Amino acid sequence: MKKTIITVVGKDSVGIIAKVCTYLAENQVNILDISQTIVQGYFNMMMIVDANETPKNFEELATELEKIGEEIGVIIKAQHEDIFNKMHRL
Amino acid sequence: MINIQEVIETNKMIEQENLDVRTITLGISLLDCADTNLDELNKKIYNKITTVAKDLVSTGKAIEREYGVPIVNKRISVTPIALVGASACKTPEDYVTIAKTLDEAAKTVGVNFIGGYSALVSKGMTTSDLNLIHSIPEALATTERVCSSVNVGSTKTGIDMDAVKLLGEIILKAAEYTKERDSLGCAKLVVFCNAPDDNPFMAGAFHGITEGDAIINVGVSGPGVVKKALESVRGADFGTLCETIKTTAFKITRVGQLVAQEASRRLNVPFGIIDLSLAPTPAVGDSVAEIFQEMGLEHAGAPGTTAALALLNDQVKKGGVMASSYVGGLSGAFIPVSEDQGMINAVQAGALTLEKLEAMTCVCSVGLDMIAIPGDTSAATISGIIADEMAIGMINQKTTAVRLIPVIGKKIGEIVEFGGLLGYAPVMPVNSFSCEAFINRGGRIPAPIHSFKN
Repeated sequence: MKKTIITVVGKDSVGIIAKVCTYLAENQVNILDISQTIVQGYFNMMMIVDANETPKNFEELATELEKIGEEIGVIIKAQHEDIFNKMHRL
Repeated sequence: MINIQEVIETNKMIEQENLDVRTITLGISLLDCADTNLDELNKKIYNKITTVAKDLVSTGKAIEREYGVPIVNKRISVTPIALVGASACKTPEDYVTIAKTLDEAAKTVGVNFIGGYSALVSKGMTTSDLNLIHSIPEALATTERVCSSVNVGSTKTGIDMDAVKLLGEIILKAAEYTKERDSLGCAKLVVFCNAPDDNPFMAGAFHGITEGDAIINVGVSGPGVVKKALESVRGADFGTLCETIKTTAFKITRVGQLVAQEASRRLNVPFGIIDLSLAPTPAVGDSVAEIFQEMGLEHAGAPGTTAALALLNDQVKKGGVMASSYVGGLSGAFIPVSEDQGMINAVQAGALTLEKLEAMTCVCSVGLDMIAIPGDTSAATISGIIADEMAIGMINQKTTAVRLIPVIGKKIGEIVEFGGLLGYAPVMPVNSFSCEAFINRGGRIPAPIHSFKN
């Protein structure tokens, strides 16, 4: 099972998590883990999700998340987890 | 379990430090296209390329999207055309028709460059090789995406000085044919010694005859990431400096390995090699010369530059070989002038000369790359520069290359614009003393004594 990592970076405001989570729930994407920090004054959130049940393909999912990001003034990215595993693990 | 710091680090490398996979190159063998009928040959070449590579660009884009890492170029390399065309092409004009076919095929599948309009003549030239070499100026002037290379020497065979002499003339002719575009033709022509069969980088890429039917080779990049990492160890000793480059090179290469495996799986084409290289672009913050500055040199070209480059090259390889089991190609730091903002600045400041660049090529992978010289440079002088660089490769058992651009109508100090990834460059001075009698001797320089490792 390939997991997807969603990152949200930007100025903090009310409702970011709600907005993202609502979208994921509506599209049958299951959230496995969430962590969040404030780095250099920026809101940083990372979600590990299981997107195997979603009817959408990866391209649609990533594009729609990007759009939500634009609406609320943050950058949202979706990436397969392999890039992080490969880069940081032997 | 992935942690947030690692995710932030990776994404920072991609977004702010220009980490990218520089190229996915699909190598395609055209040996099975050989035919005595030229039209038939062209048809077969077009069909093979457009069939094998039809999903290359879309697959590259999908991988880019899914992992969030940019893949800058998707390219194709083919079997050296002097071999493929030997039975059908009787004149240089016949070869130009193949160049046009390659260009068409490249446009159809959407790749920006196709390499392999090449001849391998390290020991001698066949009629076919000669015809191809003579066709290069016109082929490069009348096509947009075709890249050409000629291998004129190797450690095992020595240097074919007839070819070196001829190429001095061909380079000038290629410059002349494209003079209204700042002699752009020469930016698509590389002269090699010890050319590798599996190099994914243009303009020198071709699909060597030792390769299989099709293969995926990936070139990684990331000078910006290395520079950023070195900022955190400013003033530290060489041990720390090396360790930092090594770890960073490891991470960069792993990304390349991931992309290569994924592309290979999806296209159902075997994975060939990862080329461990730091390839700059004209973008600010994506420069090999800036790494030297971060190491403590005022400009690339200052005393210490050769040592800095030797260290950088070695550490990139040490970090990279652990990250991928199949490493090949050119592997090392690229030091083109026009494609690297820091190098351009160094030339303009007067810190970097052709002679220093030549010294630097003794310790790095490539050679004299993307260097603009005055358009009135003689063919013999260009051949002399090529001969010097080939000798470095031959004696040191490494690949070296020359990509010089004599810019017709321009003088020392004038700026030449190539556009896009090829960048821009100030015209550099060339030693004006003659080597004509030396070049005119013709014949071969014998292989050096270390070719007898049997």
